[in-house]
Amino acid sequence: MSSIEVNGKSYETDEEGYLVNLAEWNEDVGTYLAQTENVAMTDQHWEVINFLRDYYNEFQIAPAVRVLTKAIGKKLGPDKGTSQYLYDLFPYGPAKQACKIAGLPKPTGCV
Amino acid sequence: MSEGTVKKFMFVNRKAPYGTIYALESLEVVLITAAFDQDVSLVFMDDGIFQLKKGQQTKGIENKNFSPTYRALDGYDIEKLYVEAEALAARGLTEDDLLVDVTVMSRVELGKLMDEMDVVLSF
Amino acid sequence: MLHIVNKSPAERNALESCLRVVQEGGAILLIEDAVYAATRGNAAENHLRDALSRFKVYALTPDLEARGMGDRVMAGVTTVDYGGFVDLVAEHKNCQSWL
Repeated sequence: MSSIEVNGKSYETDEEGYLVNLAEWNEDVGTYLAQTENVAMTDQHWEVINFLRDYYNEFQIAPAVRVLTKAIGKKLGPDKGTSQYLYDLFPYGPAKQACKIAGLPKPTGCV
Repeated sequence: MSEGTVKKFMFVNRKAPYGTIYALESLEVVLITAAFDQDVSLVFMDDGIFQLKKGQQTKGIENKNFSPTYRALDGYDIEKLYVEAEALAARGLTEDDLLVDVTVMSRVELGKLMDEMDVVLSF
Repeated sequence: MLHIVNKSPAERNALESCLRVVQEGGAILLIEDAVYAATRGNAAENHLRDALSRFKVYALTPDLEARGMGDRVMAGVTTVDYGGFVDLVAEHKNCQSWL
């Protein structure tokens, strides 16, 4: 087990840097995890992060990227429901990178 | 794989959710299969029907409650969920007790459907 | 379609569930503890006899012999060895294992 330290508090992560206990997540932890991924957070980024957290709370899984793209399009508008938009925000893959920043486990069925 | 042949996959779920790992394992394989654009159907019979029971609260047994995930299947384009009518009735349940929309089928109809499949995966 | 059952009828409902669903032209292969269902005098005998009139029923010889039941197989049940098991799987379009 590894850990990260944010504002003097220690958070457990797995060997790939995903937060172990998603209940511990807060925006500062999200910002810190984004920095480790070289992602500069904007409102558009947070919109996706909050969407992912809501999705997880409702369904108890991190969505596969195809499912995420479709669901974002439905919720936030078709211009945002494209993989181009999501990859612009999270260049190393929206599901993997955004899930990590959102404090979620790695997506199931992520190919 | 979208250019490849589409095969008919059926997942047959016959175990209750927390006593064994079958139900969760099946669900994970289903989610992965969804990425490959195949024709996927799920059957719930015997105690497998309990996987879909509304109102599961797993805090007390310190297990993850994966029942909300069945509601995500629609977003994964998995819409063919079948429940065996006789098994449902034998457990004192009706369609209203289930947390997703399903098609209730007699065992005979179910048997015919199973015969039509290319691949049957058993859990 | 080939239906494979591996649980004793006295312990689990796997055989019962299988018999509910199997269609005309279907075949049933009993392996491991399910071979007890194919033996004379067991509680599920009538159940299976009924099935024998409608489906082809097979039982795996090595599993029968291992349990000392090789000489008690009900009339009408076809015994097969591992090679026969493979042939059955190959002959049928698909199969379901009643775990």
